[in-house]
Amino acid sequence: MSTTTTPDCKVHPGNPVESFLRTDRMPHIWCPGCGIGTTVNCFTRALIDSKQDLNKLAIVSGIGCTGRVAGYVNLDSFHTTHGRAIPFATGLKLASPETTVVVYSGDGDLFAIGGNHLIHAARRNMDIKVICVNNLTYAMTGGQTAPTTPEDVITATAPYGTYDPAFNLPYLVEAAGAVYVARWTTFHVKQLARSMQEMFAKKGFGFIEVVSPCPTLYQRRNKMGDALDTMKFYKEVSKTKHGAPTSEVGLTKSGEIVVGKFVDRERPDFTTHMHEHLQHSLGDKYIPAEGPVCG
Amino acid sequence: MARGAVSIVVERCKACGFCVEFCPTKVLALSDAFNSKGYHPPHAVTPDKCSGCDLCGMYCPDFAIHGYRLDKAAKAAETEASDAR
Ligand code: SF4
Ligand code: SF4
Ligand code: SF4
Repeated sequence: MSTTTTPDCKVHPGNPVESFLRTDRMPHIWCPGCGIGTTVNCFTRALIDSKQDLNKLAIVSGIGCTGRVAGYVNLDSFHTTHGRAIPFATGLKLASPETTVVVYSGDGDLFAIGGNHLIHAARRNMDIKVICVNNLTYAMTGGQTAPTTPEDVITATAPYGTYDPAFNLPYLVEAAGAVYVARWTTFHVKQLARSMQEMFAKKGFGFIEVVSPCPTLYQRRNKMGDALDTMKFYKEVSKTKHGAPTSEVGLTKSGEIVVGKFVDRERPDFTTHMHEHLQHSLGDKYIPAEGPVCG
Repeated sequence: MARGAVSIVVERCKACGFCVEFCPTKVLALSDAFNSKGYHPPHAVTPDKCSGCDLCGMYCPDFAIHGYRLDKAAKAAETEASDAR
C-alpha cells in the first residue's frame, strides 16, 4: 500500500516536524491556509539539518497569531508579553550565552508594539535570530492597519484604503545594524529553510522576513482570493535578487516581491564588543563571567 | 513503481490545497470525503508517481501530510526489526 491515512489527529508517525510539536495541542488554531504552520515546517527542517543541540536552543515569541508558535513547539519556549520578545531574548542571551536564542514573532509584535526594542537590538548586534512572519496586518486582533500594511489596502480600520507608507522591513533592519537580512515567502519553503540554517550559523543579529498569507483578514477584505491563490500570487510575482539594495525591496499591494539574502556582513556582536572594550579599559581587573550567569 | 509514499492525518487537514498544488508530480487531489471538521482531506490519486520528496510535508501548514522514500522506510523497518531481535 503506498498511501496511509490515519484518522487520529494526535500523532503523525514519520513526519519530521512531529517531534518538534506539542502534539496534545494539535490541531492548532491557525486558519485554513494560514502560512505560519508552513514556516514552522521550514524552521524544524532547518533545526534538523543544522544539527542544532535542542537543549541549547530557546524560542521566544510575543503576542499575535505568530506568537502562538512558542506554545506549539516542543522546545524551550517563552510566550512573552506584547512587543517584548526581543528584550526577553536579550536577557536570555546575556544570562546564558551558550543558548541559541530565536525570536519567532509577527510583524505587528516586532515592528509596531516592539519596534523600538528591535532597532536597538539590531544596533547593538545582539546575537539573536529573528524570524518575522509578515502577514501585513494585525491579524489576531481583527485585521487592523499595521505599520507593514502596504498602501491602498482595505483593513478593519481603513475601509476606504490605507494611505500611510509602510515600513520596508529589510531596509529598516539593515539600517539599524543587522548582520544577516533575508526575505522569503511561504512559497519558498526550501530557500527559507536554508536561509534559517545560514542565519543560525552566523553570530550577531539575524533577521528573516517571511511574507505569509492571512486569508481570513487580509486577503479576504482585499478580494485577493484564498490562501492557495495567495501562494500562487507569491510564486508569480516573486523575484530572487540576492544582494539587492534593501532600499528597493519595499512591498506593495500587488507588485513584485523581491526575495533573497540581502545582507550578510561581519560586525562584532554585543558580547564580543563588551568584553573587548572592558578588557581594554580595565585591563587585568576585568574578569569576564564564565558560563551561564544565572540558573 | 512508486519511489515514495505519503501518509495523511485526515483529522488535522484544513483543505488548503497547498499539497495538491505544489506536488511536483501531481500525485494528490482533495477527496470527496469529509473529516470531522467538514474539510476534504487529500488522497493520492496517482500514488505511483510519488517520489517521496516531502514537498507536500514542507508546505502543509497543518502538519497533516508527510511524504517519504520507500527505500529509506524499508531500511528503517529492517533496522527496527533487527533491534527488536
Ligand atoms: S487570522 Fe490570519 S494570521 Fe491569524 S491564524 Fe488566521 S490566517 Fe493566520
Ligand atoms: S512526497 Fe513529493 S511526490 Fe509524493 S505526494 Fe508529496 S510532494 Fe508529491
Ligand atoms: S497542505 Fe495539509 S492542510 Fe492543506 S490540503 Fe494538504 S494536507 Fe490538508
